[in-house]
Order: sequence, then C-alpha cells, then structure tokens
Amino acid sequence: MKKDILKIANKKLKSRLIVGTGKYKNFDQTAKAVEASGADMVTVAVRRVNITNKKKPLLTDYLNPKKIIYLPNTAGCFNSEEALRTLRLAREMGGWKLVKLEVLGDKKTLYPNMIETLKSTKTLVKEGFQVMVYCTDDPLLAKKLEDVGAVAIMPLASPIGSGLGIQNKINISLIIKQSKVPVIVDAGIGTASDATIAMELGCDGVLINSAIANSKKPILMAKAFKEAVISGRNAFLAGRMKKNFFASPSSPTKGLI
Amino acid sequence: MAKIQLNGKKILIKSNLSILGLLKKYKLNHKKVAIEYNGNIIPKTNYKKKFLKDKDKIEIVHFIGGG
Repeated sequence: MKKDILKIANKKLKSRLIVGTGKYKNFDQTAKAVEASGADMVTVAVRRVNITNKKKPLLTDYLNPKKIIYLPNTAGCFNSEEALRTLRLAREMGGWKLVKLEVLGDKKTLYPNMIETLKSTKTLVKEGFQVMVYCTDDPLLAKKLEDVGAVAIMPLASPIGSGLGIQNKINISLIIKQSKVPVIVDAGIGTASDATIAMELGCDGVLINSAIANSKKPILMAKAFKEAVISGRNAFLAGRMKKNFFASPSSPTKGLI
Repeated sequence: MAKIQLNGKKILIKSNLSILGLLKKYKLNHKKVAIEYNGNIIPKTNYKKKFLKDKDKIEIVHFIGGG
C-alpha cells in the first residue's frame, strides 16, 4: 500500500496530528506530550524575551527545531499589521517560510477576523511565505483563501479552547470537497472522538492544543489523539458503510434451524 | 551611556554597544532570537555592525509555547 503522507507546501508529514505547545504545566510536560502525540509539526508563538530573568528555560531546549517542524503562529494578533510583524520576525529567527496565520476579531469568541485574514494572506504570499490559514468554516471564504495562495485551510471546529467539537460538519465537508490544498481542522476539538470525526469527514489533519494540555493527564491524552487521528484516517480511507433506516441481519438468514 | 528602550523597558547601556553586544549582555543566543530595531527587522548578519544610540527602540523576541 502507498504510504499515506500529508504534504503541506513542501513539507512531508508522517503524522496527521499537529499539536500546539501552549498551556502546559512546564516545558518538560510539553516535550513529553509532543512525543506521545507522534506529531511531526508543532505550533509555537513569538513573544518578547524575558530580559529580567536570564535563567528562564527555553522551548528550543526541550523541542529541537531540527527534529520537529516549528510552525510559527500569530495567536494573539488582532490585526493584519501585528500578524505580519510577528511572522516576519519568525522568519528572521528560524528561516521558516511555512507559517500559520491567525488574525483574531473578537476577544470573547477568538473568532477570526476574515477580512484582515484574507488581506494578510495576500501580503504574506507576495512576500514568499507559505501560509496555513486559521479561518471560519465558511466555504466561500475558504475558497478565497485558497485562491490567493494559502497552502492549507484551517477552519475552526468551534471557538479556540472551547472543547465543543465540530459544530458544523456540513460546512467542514463542503470545504474538504472543494479544496485542493490540505484542510486541517483547527480549534475547538475537545476529545479524541472529535478528532476521529474530523478525520472521518475527510480532513487532511487536525491541530490540537487545549484538548491535550487541559486534560487531566496530557501525556496520555496526547497518545489518545495520536490513535484517534490514525483511526479516523483509516476509517475515511476504508470508506464507511451506507446508513440504513432499518436493520440488516449480520448472519445469513438461509439455513436457519 | 545611552538610554534605550528594550522590550518596552527603559534601560541604560554603554555607548557604542552593538546589537550583538546587547545580546551578550543578556546572555542570549543570537541564533534563537529575532530583533526589531526602531520598527525594522535586522538580519542576523548585521548584529555586529549595528550600534545602538540614544532613544533607540529594540524588541528581542523568541519562540515560546503557543497554540
């Protein structure tokens, strides 16, 4: 059987699970959870260095950027300028062109501001970035993002950190059907079964942070997600049975005694 | 001496300190950070050549955990 590899821009990923590195107790737990998840790619944030505490541990000491793909993210940016500034700095820092764009529009729902998102995607593509874009689950806007050069479409399942799972399967399915670039469900996944559902719908991958980091045992939950994503992907590739309104016996009816 | 703003804090540095010198002062690995100097990103190759002067605004960033 052909190897089932996820290709985003020029990166080949063995795992279809991408994990965030925020909200963990410490970097040791982050590293262990990332390892248990089997992810090849992690999202990271760009922030000011703490100049008053020189001994503060660094993420790069725990997760080697040479061994795992760092995907710089613009989490926390509320307009195009902030997002662009962050990603330009990220590119200078590591030399990465592959980035995740997230321009938020509302503090309460952390819903993406799609007008600013579309604008920023255009600018970043022009500057040579490969942009994975966090977006609403609106198929029209998802298509627009693809048209302006996004390398992956990342619709939300539900609000960031909400754990509410996929709220609009129809929209996610429409986006999957129309997209020629990978579709990664980002945000809102609450537990392993939600990730399986996303993969069964035909998503190319899922991005998880809070569902692992905020669970009672993050390392075990990371393993659960690894297996859930593999299960969902296999079920999608296998093709599910048709749904029927009535029962259909599993054993032959002929030869009954 | 020169008074500069580093990551939002006003600090005093000695005159003619380069960006690389500033990184050394704070024991920061130049490979693991990115720098914005008065609103412009400075390529790593220029850290040695760029000298800081009064009223400069510097932002030093790095990667941290995030979603």
